[in-house]
Amino acid sequence: MTRLEVENLWVKFPTRNGIFDAVRGVSFSLGEERLGIVGESGSGKSMTGRAILRLIRKPGEVTANHISLDGEDLLQLSEREMRRIRGQRISMIMQDPKFSLNPVMTVGEQMLESYAQQAKGTRQQAKDKVLEMLEAVAIRDPLRVINAYPHELSGGMGQRIMIAMMLIPDPDILIADEPTSALDVSVQTQVLNILDKLVRDRGMGLIFISHDLNLVSAFCDRVLIMYSGRIVEACAADKLHEATHPYTQGLLKSLPRLDAPQERLQVLDRDPAWAKADSVSGIR
Amino acid sequence: MSGIIIDKLNVWFDTPEARVNAVKNVNLRVEKGQSVGLVGESGSGKSTILRALTGLIPTWSGSMEVADEKLGRKRSHRFYKKVQMVFQDPYASLHPRHSVDQVLSETLRLHGFSDIDQRISKLLSDVGLGPAFRFRYPHQLSGGQRQRVAIARALAPEPEILLLDEPTSALDVSVQAEILNLLVDLRLEHGLTYLMVSHDLAVIGHMCEYIAVMQLGEIVEIMPVKEMRELRPTHPYSRHLLESSLGYKSEDNSVQ
Repeated sequence: MTRLEVENLWVKFPTRNGIFDAVRGVSFSLGEERLGIVGESGSGKSMTGRAILRLIRKPGEVTANHISLDGEDLLQLSEREMRRIRGQRISMIMQDPKFSLNPVMTVGEQMLESYAQQAKGTRQQAKDKVLEMLEAVAIRDPLRVINAYPHELSGGMGQRIMIAMMLIPDPDILIADEPTSALDVSVQTQVLNILDKLVRDRGMGLIFISHDLNLVSAFCDRVLIMYSGRIVEACAADKLHEATHPYTQGLLKSLPRLDAPQERLQVLDRDPAWAKADSVSGIR
Repeated sequence: MSGIIIDKLNVWFDTPEARVNAVKNVNLRVEKGQSVGLVGESGSGKSTILRALTGLIPTWSGSMEVADEKLGRKRSHRFYKKVQMVFQDPYASLHPRHSVDQVLSETLRLHGFSDIDQRISKLLSDVGLGPAFRFRYPHQLSGGQRQRVAIARALAPEPEILLLDEPTSALDVSVQAEILNLLVDLRLEHGLTYLMVSHDLAVIGHMCEYIAVMQLGEIVEIMPVKEMRELRPTHPYSRHLLESSLGYKSEDNSVQ
């Protein structure tokens, strides 16, 4: 079942040298699944995620035929109605906890704030919910953590707190922008297990933005590969290693592999034609 | 002739509440010309070892010997000529208001070279940057180009040993491949010794002959890369690290 459908999405920024297109005509759909978006920095993957929530600041501009959530076009909504969508229906986990958590509020206060946005309960109910969520993301000592400031916690904990915060409203769709790139492999596995569970148990749709091809291939159901603002290839995640586009192949080959040692790593040869070709549709 | 010999190294940090022992009783040998990798999760003490070697942390005990020179509280000028470091984040390790020319000429002057002009051209071509890059500022360079400048700066004093602290973890995979190739080439050309820190086992596997696995400040296992490739690590933590780096497995799948 399709929850979210994006058709012909463009994100434009006016610059001194004319208009820069960060995202160029991207279309895709999302059901109750894990959809990966991979690409290098500057390929437009984060911009795609932000554009869905209409978080692109002026003078940046978002246009699309439609961005519909369960049939409702998000582009037609007023800013006020959008606030009802953000957080509650579609949540986003940002990349870096250092920049996304408020440094002068305790973790508990920030989480309570996010609870108060959507539910009216007593303070005690709110606190119980916060503690429950912190436990859900495998934080061992939640009572200590709610009274801590973000700088007193490690990057991995900060990341998990952001995840917990985004999960309080029980969103239908979660956009995770490099949620594990700051984490060690062992904590990364924990975080992925949490996300995985949410998709399976709550039927959530997950957009997983990452530059780690192997991770996406192992974790997601479908993958979109982006290059200079377009989708160059869409495929099933477990078939990523059989990808046909030279860009995808180039990325895969440039990775060092433990099981297949090479003298030299292959370097990507960029073909200008890749950027010109039309975006591939990721609608299923 | 030896590279790096570390014997019973302890490093600690004193905080008002307690003493944190970041590195505990570590023994490590890197022969001249070898390349050794340190892996482990963040906080396991791998970068701390590099910092202690370069003299950035004063609170240590044990003994460290680099290129036949016993290290004391103070590092000699000779030490800094022989040992250079490349840092993780090229966005933070280059002075934003110094051009590439300034960065390199300052280093060369400090180490007493006179033919600075020729050396800068040579260094830039060594790291694969054309002469056009010489008068650029860091903000005019991409992440990969910046890391090349940082490597050129490290090569300027003609060192024997390079300490590499996650040199590619801030870069895209395609750029990572270029930088790793460059490091492999430079090591062959200049006969360098590498001690490299990374959390990426595949990167260490590509670059190094030996892997030292660290956990909670201790080296739990040192093995040839070949053993790691054949999935034969003995320590449970090394196995865990290896398994997690081979890709994500859903909890459900592992049950099946």
